[in-house]
Amino acid sequence: MQITDIINPENLVYEKPKLLTSNTMHYCPGCSHGVVHKLLAEVIEELGIQEKTIGVSPVGCGVFAYNYIDIDWQEAAHGRAPAVACGISRTNPDKVVFTYQGDGDLASIGTGEIMHACNRGDDFVVIFINNGIYGMTGGQMAPTTLLGQVTATTPCGRDAAMNGYPLKITELIAQLPGTSYVTRQSVHTPAAIRKCKKAIAKAFTSAQEKKGTAFVEVVSTCNMNWKLPPVEANQWMEENMFPFYPPGDMKDGSKHDIHPNNTVKS
Amino acid sequence: MAKVRGAVVVDNEECKGCGLCVVACPQDVLGQNKQVNSRGYHYSFMKNPEACIGCMNCAIVCPDSCITVYRVKV
Repeated sequence: MQITDIINPENLVYEKPKLLTSNTMHYCPGCSHGVVHKLLAEVIEELGIQEKTIGVSPVGCGVFAYNYIDIDWQEAAHGRAPAVACGISRTNPDKVVFTYQGDGDLASIGTGEIMHACNRGDDFVVIFINNGIYGMTGGQMAPTTLLGQVTATTPCGRDAAMNGYPLKITELIAQLPGTSYVTRQSVHTPAAIRKCKKAIAKAFTSAQEKKGTAFVEVVSTCNMNWKLPPVEANQWMEENMFPFYPPGDMKDGSKHDIHPNNTVKS
Repeated sequence: MAKVRGAVVVDNEECKGCGLCVVACPQDVLGQNKQVNSRGYHYSFMKNPEACIGCMNCAIVCPDSCITVYRVKV
């Protein structure tokens, strides 16, 4: 059988999701952002919620997400995406709202916003891309940078005495009663990507069911600022990021679980 | 047992030559071209098209969604 016989519309098993626009992504070769964008487009398409989904894009490399996924978007100030998403989801309860944030956006300048949004239990999805570095601005130390990791602002490696410890923000958020589903995923292998897609789909479903804030952390690579080729960056992530940021579900429930026992006895 | 044959089509101009699809392929089908596309990237191509089983791993890991997969039972 010739290759030309196989390449036939009736044999098609995988193509670019229809929700992804034809714009070429500005991300560096091998960037995890592209994979997460693709998963978002697939999930939104499969759930059939294109018309009622509103994304809130961050400041960071992901800022141009609105150019790539064909849904409604709102751009937020640095770190303020959860506050904007909160406003959108409260004024439009029939919409499905999600924020797409990096670690510099969510875990640094936006820590207050994300903590209180998750604690209030506003019904939206948070997609948190954690690559342990400030990607867009040129590889400075982020709160999530690992101890000993070399960045532009920690040329001798992150030192706990000088720079403090890496922030496990997903573990903190899993403690908050307003969250419904808190998980940490990665997108470095086909199996991990399939798993991550299921997690994102579950997060969107739980936000639609008004169970609370659904939080999906994706441990990612920034091969350009880690100064590694894409394939080696994935290996580096497995060896160094996973021991500190182990993938897995941290919470699977609903904000409504806690209410009966947590009110004042009159 | 039915044999499965697959084929992938890489959008040469969209490919950024990151090489993630090359390591994701269980059958060692893909390779990076010695030639470059108009943006200077060594785009992926099927160096060993007979071995492709259409498992979609390459398309799933592609950050730029530039791989289309076809599969047929023979």
